[in-house]
Amino acid sequence: MSTEMSSAPPSGTASRAYVRAAAAQVLPPPVATSGLIGWLRTNLFSSPGNTLLTLLALLIAFWIIPGFVRFLITDAVWSGADREACVAKGGVLPGACWAFVKDRLAYFIYGAYPVESRWRADLFFLLGALGIGWLLWLNAPRRDLGLVYFLVVLPLAVYGLLSGRNPLAFLAYPYDLVTGRSVILGLVFAALLFLAGFLVARSEGVRAGRAALFGLAALVILTAAGLAFERLWGAIGLAPVDTARWGGLMVTLVVAGVGIVASLPLGILLALGRRSKLPVIKFFSVLFIEFVRGVPLITVLFMANTMLPLFLPDDITVDKLLRALVGIALFASAYMAEVVRAGLQALPKGQYEGAMAVGLGYWQMMRLIILPQALKVTIPNIVNTYIGLFKDTSLLLIVGIFDFLKAIETARIDPQWAAPTVSATGYAFAAIVYFIFCYGMASYARATERRLSKADKR
Amino acid sequence: MKKLMMSVALGAALGMVAGAASAQTLNQVKTRGVLQCGSNTGLAGFGQPDAQGNWTGLDVDFCRAVAAAIFNDAAKVKFVPLSAKDRFTALQSGEVDVLVRNTTWTMSRDTSLGLEFGPVNYYDGQGFMVRKKLKIASAMELSGASVCTQQGTTTELNLADFFRANKLKYEVVTFATSDETTKAYDAGRCDAFTTDASGLYSERLRLTNPDDHMVLPEIISKEPLGPAWRHGDNQWGDIIKWTHYAMLTAEELGVTKANVDEQLKSTNPDVKRLLGTEGKFGEAIGLTNDWAYRIIKHVGNYGEVFEKNVGQGSRLKIARGVNALWNKGGLQYAPPIR
Repeated sequence: MSTEMSSAPPSGTASRAYVRAAAAQVLPPPVATSGLIGWLRTNLFSSPGNTLLTLLALLIAFWIIPGFVRFLITDAVWSGADREACVAKGGVLPGACWAFVKDRLAYFIYGAYPVESRWRADLFFLLGALGIGWLLWLNAPRRDLGLVYFLVVLPLAVYGLLSGRNPLAFLAYPYDLVTGRSVILGLVFAALLFLAGFLVARSEGVRAGRAALFGLAALVILTAAGLAFERLWGAIGLAPVDTARWGGLMVTLVVAGVGIVASLPLGILLALGRRSKLPVIKFFSVLFIEFVRGVPLITVLFMANTMLPLFLPDDITVDKLLRALVGIALFASAYMAEVVRAGLQALPKGQYEGAMAVGLGYWQMMRLIILPQALKVTIPNIVNTYIGLFKDTSLLLIVGIFDFLKAIETARIDPQWAAPTVSATGYAFAAIVYFIFCYGMASYARATERRLSKADKR
Repeated sequence: MKKLMMSVALGAALGMVAGAASAQTLNQVKTRGVLQCGSNTGLAGFGQPDAQGNWTGLDVDFCRAVAAAIFNDAAKVKFVPLSAKDRFTALQSGEVDVLVRNTTWTMSRDTSLGLEFGPVNYYDGQGFMVRKKLKIASAMELSGASVCTQQGTTTELNLADFFRANKLKYEVVTFATSDETTKAYDAGRCDAFTTDASGLYSERLRLTNPDDHMVLPEIISKEPLGPAWRHGDNQWGDIIKWTHYAMLTAEELGVTKANVDEQLKSTNPDVKRLLGTEGKFGEAIGLTNDWAYRIIKHVGNYGEVFEKNVGQGSRLKIARGVNALWNKGGLQYAPPIR
C-alpha cells in the first residue's frame, strides 16, 4: 500500500534529476519491531537483564499457577452437605471445599441477622449501590440531589432499615419537654433544632430578631414532623434487630461506608485546622492528628471496646458497634487530614494569593479555588487511605464484632465442616471478595484521575 | 515504680466498678427483659453460631438455662461474643450479667478480679493425640517423642512439667497458631499433638485421616471451666450455681426434657423437690418454684446438653470421662435440693 504524493512536484525542482518525483513506497515495519514479536522484544526481552527477569517470572508462574488452578478449580469440591464431602478419599486431599462456602454463604453475607428480616439487608445493599451509582456515574441526572441522598438520606434510611428503630426519633425529642419524660434530651434537641432554623435564616441574610422567629418555627414544624413520622414508623412496624446480630459482609460494608463517608469531611476540616493561623484551632488539630497517628488502630478499638465501659456509669452502655464505628471514623480522619494537607501544600502560593487578590473570603477561597485542586492531586492517596480503611475493618474481629472475615473464621471451625482444606478455602474466598472491592475502588480512582488530569497532559 | 502506680490505679478503678456492680443483678435482668451472656467468639461445641447465626454449644445452653429459669423462655438471652482479653472487663463493667466462655477457674482470677466463679460445667485438661499405628496406649510411653504444640501458652509449660516429673525425654515443636500446629502434626512433623482435650477432638476432625488418630486417656493439667459473675451479688450467684446443680440433679434422677411433664406426677420426694411440686426452693433464690422445671423443659438435663453439644450426638464425640456424674465415676456432683 503506497500513499503516493500525486500532485506534480513544485516548479523549480522538476529539473533536478536527483529529487524524486514521487514519494517512496512505504515499507511495512521490520518484523522484529512490530506485531507480537516486536511487542515481546520491547517489553520482555529488551536487554539481557530483562530477559533474565522474564524467564524467572515465567518459571515462577509455571511453578505456582498449575497448583492454584488445581486447588481452586479442577480438584475442588463444588457440592455437598457437610464435612464428608471434603474429607480425604483414599488418603488423597481434595482441593478447595467450595461446598462449604456455598453452604455458609448466607452467613458470610448477613451474619446472625434474623433470616426473616434479611430482605432488609438486601434493600440496604440495593440502596447503597443506587447511591454509589448515582454519585459515580457522570451522566446521572441531578447529581447534586445524589449527594444529599448519599450523605443524609442513605445513612438515616440504612440505620432505620437495619436496626428497625426510628431514624428520625431525635426530631421528636423536644416533645419530651411537654410530657416531661426526658428534660435533658428535650432541651438539647430543642436547642439544636432552633439553632438549625436560626442559622439557615441568618445565612440567607435575615436579621437576628427575625431569624429567631424562623428558629422557633423550625423547632415547632420539625418536632411536629418528628411526631408524625414516629406514628408512621410505628405503623410500618419493622422488628428491631440488635446490632449484636449484625454480621458478615453487611457489617463490613456498614463500617467501611461510615468510615469512608465521615473521614473525608472530618479530614478536610482537620487539615485546614492544622494549617490555620488561629493558634487554638491549630493546636487541637495537631494534637488530635498526632495522637491518633501515634497509636495503632487496634489500640483505638481496644480503648473503645474495653476501657470505655469502665469509665462510664453503670446504667449507660454505648452500643458496641457504635463504639467501633466512631473509633474507626476518627482514626481514618486523622490519616485523611494528613493526605489532604499534602494536597494543600502542593499548591503554589500564587493560587492562594490570586484567590485573595480577587477578594474571596477564607471559605470561598477554599471551596472554589484551593480544595478542588488540592483534592485532585491527592486522589491516589485518598483512595489509598480508603482501601486501607476497608481492609482495616477486619480488625473488628478482635473486639468481637462478626465482620466478613470473622464470619468465615467462625464457620470454618464448625465441626460440621471440619475438614483439612476448609480453612484454606475460607481464606481464599475472603481474599477474592476483598480483592473485588479494593480493585473496584482502585479502578474507579484511576479513571477519575485520568478524567481530571486531561488539562495537565497536552 | 510507674508500673506499680499504674496497677494500683487500675486496681482501684476495677474495685470501684466491682463495688458499683453489687446492685441486684437479678432485678436488672428482669427489668431489661433479657439476660446478657458473655460468650465465646467461636469454639466448636461450646459456643458457636450455626449457619443461621443461632448460638449453639454447651456454654450457650447454660446461658439459655439461666434465662429459662428466670423468664420461662430460653430465647431471652443476648449473647455478647467476647475475646479472651475483653471477657473480664466486660463482666466487671456490667456489659454482661454472666460470663460463660470456657473460662478456667484459677485462684488468681477468683481472688483478684472482683469476680466469683461458679460450679464447673466442664472439666477440661490437657491431653495428647497420637497416631494409632504407634501402638501407644498411655502418655507414659511417649518417651523420646516429638510433640507439636502452640507456643506461648500454658500448654507448653504443662508439657514440660509432665515430662520432667515423669523423667521422660521429649522434643517440643512449637507453632504460632493452632491451625499451623494441626497442619504440622498432620504432615508427620511430630509424633504427638497436645492441647486441651476438648480441642483435641475438634482438631482431629481436620486431619487428613481422622480415624488414624486417637486421644490418649491421660489428662496432665486441670482446666476447670465454668461460669463467672460479679463478686458481691450472692443472690445472683445462687441462681447461677443452682442452675447447674438442677441440671445435674435432673440427670441423676432421670428427669429429661422429654419426660419432665410426666415426672411432675412423680411420687419420688427428690423429684418433687426438684420440680417444685413440693417445697419453696425456687422462691428462696428469688425465682418461682418451678424454676428447675423450666430449665429442664426448655433446655434439658446436663447429660442431654452434654451429649447434644460435645458428646455422642455431636460430631466431636467427646467421652463423658471426668464429666460423668459422681455415681458413674465422674466429678459432676450436685448438693441435694432440700
